[in-house]
Amino acid sequence: MRQTKRRSIHIPGGTSILASLISIGIGLVFGLILLVILNTKAAGGAFVSLVTTGFRSSDKFAKVLYQAAPLIMTGLSVGFAFKTGLFNIGATGQYTVGAAFALIGAIQFQLPWYVCVLLSLIGGAFWGVFPGLFKALFNVNEVITSIMFNWIAMFAVNLTINNLPMMLAKYWGGAQMDRTANLAQANPSALIPRLGLDTLMHSNYMNISIFIAVIFALIAWVILSKTTFGYELKACGYNRNASLYAGINAKRNIVFSMVIAGAFAGVGGGLYFLAGTGQYTLLKQLLAAGFNGIPVALLATSNPIGTIFSAFFVSYIQVGGDAMQPDFVKEIIDIIISVIIYLAAFALLTRELLSRSKMHREEEAESVASADAPAEKEEVSQS
Amino acid sequence: MSILADIFSATILFMIPLLLVALGGMFSERSGVVNIALEGIMIIGALCSCLFLRALDDSGFGPAHPQTAMFLAIVVAALTGAVFALLLAFASVNLKADQTIGGTALNMFAPAFAIVLTWAIQGQGQTTILIPTWSRITQETLGVAVKQNFWQAFLFKSFYQTTIWAVFLFVIAAVVLYKTRFGLRLRSCGEHPQAADSVGVNVYRMRYAGVFISGMLGGIGGLAYTLAAGSAFQSTVAGYGFLALAVMIFGNWKPLNILGASLFFALFKILSSYSGSIPFLPKFENIKASEYIYLMLPYIVTMIVLILTSKKSRAPKAEGIPYDKGRR
Repeated sequence: MRQTKRRSIHIPGGTSILASLISIGIGLVFGLILLVILNTKAAGGAFVSLVTTGFRSSDKFAKVLYQAAPLIMTGLSVGFAFKTGLFNIGATGQYTVGAAFALIGAIQFQLPWYVCVLLSLIGGAFWGVFPGLFKALFNVNEVITSIMFNWIAMFAVNLTINNLPMMLAKYWGGAQMDRTANLAQANPSALIPRLGLDTLMHSNYMNISIFIAVIFALIAWVILSKTTFGYELKACGYNRNASLYAGINAKRNIVFSMVIAGAFAGVGGGLYFLAGTGQYTLLKQLLAAGFNGIPVALLATSNPIGTIFSAFFVSYIQVGGDAMQPDFVKEIIDIIISVIIYLAAFALLTRELLSRSKMHREEEAESVASADAPAEKEEVSQS
Repeated sequence: MSILADIFSATILFMIPLLLVALGGMFSERSGVVNIALEGIMIIGALCSCLFLRALDDSGFGPAHPQTAMFLAIVVAALTGAVFALLLAFASVNLKADQTIGGTALNMFAPAFAIVLTWAIQGQGQTTILIPTWSRITQETLGVAVKQNFWQAFLFKSFYQTTIWAVFLFVIAAVVLYKTRFGLRLRSCGEHPQAADSVGVNVYRMRYAGVFISGMLGGIGGLAYTLAAGSAFQSTVAGYGFLALAVMIFGNWKPLNILGASLFFALFKILSSYSGSIPFLPKFENIKASEYIYLMLPYIVTMIVLILTSKKSRAPKAEGIPYDKGRR
């Protein structure tokens, strides 16, 4: 019994990183094979640009960082909920509401950027309340609530933006009716500061959002690993009944977990749209950015620090994928990522085997040691 | 009167994919596997059957025997959906992986694969697959005289073979689940796999069967959605797989309730697109872009109903938990 408990909680970090790296390697090889099948002549060059573009020039690297920031946030959102045993498929809705709160603050109320980021956090948290509360109070599956609220978010945001005349680009002299105002025209103080990084890296995309995202990842790590609250959240995720028995208020923790997850996703939306390089377009489709948080979180096995690296990786090969055009479709990147995620299933298995064999070795050592000194055995089983 | 016929026929048209895919999800979850990959399965089914229809159209077989071709396309959709779903079964049954991880991977794979394949077959930038016009069942097909009345508009405005098969499959699904030995065994694997195993039921095989059936129904549902949504397949099913998942939960994992839930949801969805032309609905003239209010409505109403009925909602007990023989 003691062994199974130890196995599920203490999976060694080293093996899990190794497993992720193996999946990435196989995924990339799969991508290469796909490229060769589709267009043998252009495959080699395309693959090289896929794996090297991100590091090739400073402006490409800036683009990687720019895209990684919202990915870190949505990845944190999904991962944080995973830790509590909840599947937050609603990151895209929370992302959308966060973006809308930030943009309304920026354009309609002309607020500075840090207030807008805070607003996006509140917006996302507000949208996270619903799946959490409905799960806790009415026992409605959080997956279905999240899906429903994704659509409600998108329609509600479009409705609101249409009814705030200052929001649309047309008010500020733009030509388009279907998107929000260009921030550089509407309110330059709402743009996330660039601190000269843009001239340093020769890219309009560069700003401090990546640092903000990393700080949030550290916050998530502190909450989960260093606080009683985080311990309670994880306990609910591992075994809800056991945590109830231990006197943990599972219902309250479900709501808090979803609210925090929502806040992360909301900040992601804020960071992306406050960069000033993308305008929110009034479409009748869900934003893909929120869904991309799912593979990021899975690749990082929901570890907040790992999320930074997995988001960076996903963003990196996306930039590489853009460079493969027009010889290849950039959706090949999605295929590679999906293969990597699918392999994560294998990875879990291999990880289990690896840690099991490691434990076996430890146990042998333990039994040898205990044969020599029986007193030591007492100590080991107590710890 | 004709608008009423339009609404009814459009409701049924959009209800069919929801019904089929939700029934598919039901089979998978009743066997104990959470099938979040329905969206991807729909896309693969729709992709392959639409490509198949194009090929038949080019070869001349399609225009000559439209309904035979359509039947074959449905078979193609079912088989490809099922084969794709086997990837989920492999990950969740053999590898005992987290079922949402496998499902998410498949959902991500399917639309990307659809775009890549469509490009590879049709040439660069050609991301839509046109559906041949002969796929629809018209009065000419059946040899009925052309009349302009309520029934004509109701029955023949958008009538496809998928509708007929959906009715059949619904009845078969309900009978299989509740009246056969297979159905009983399948359900027991979703409730208490250890107990099922102890009386000699092969849990792994049952779960494979559940996922396989859900792939078949999901694939056909993908084709039905594409037919309902317009004249072409554009590498997406616009979140219908997830909606079907919601319909399945709304329908409490029971065939008859799923039928009701899909009808309910489709009706509200169609009402939103016809809101402008229905006289008794409020128009919200002071609000700009008020169509969004109606677009939101089906989701809000579903949410309210779910809360009201949540006391009775009961998911299969063992769903989402990989079955491990060695575990107590």
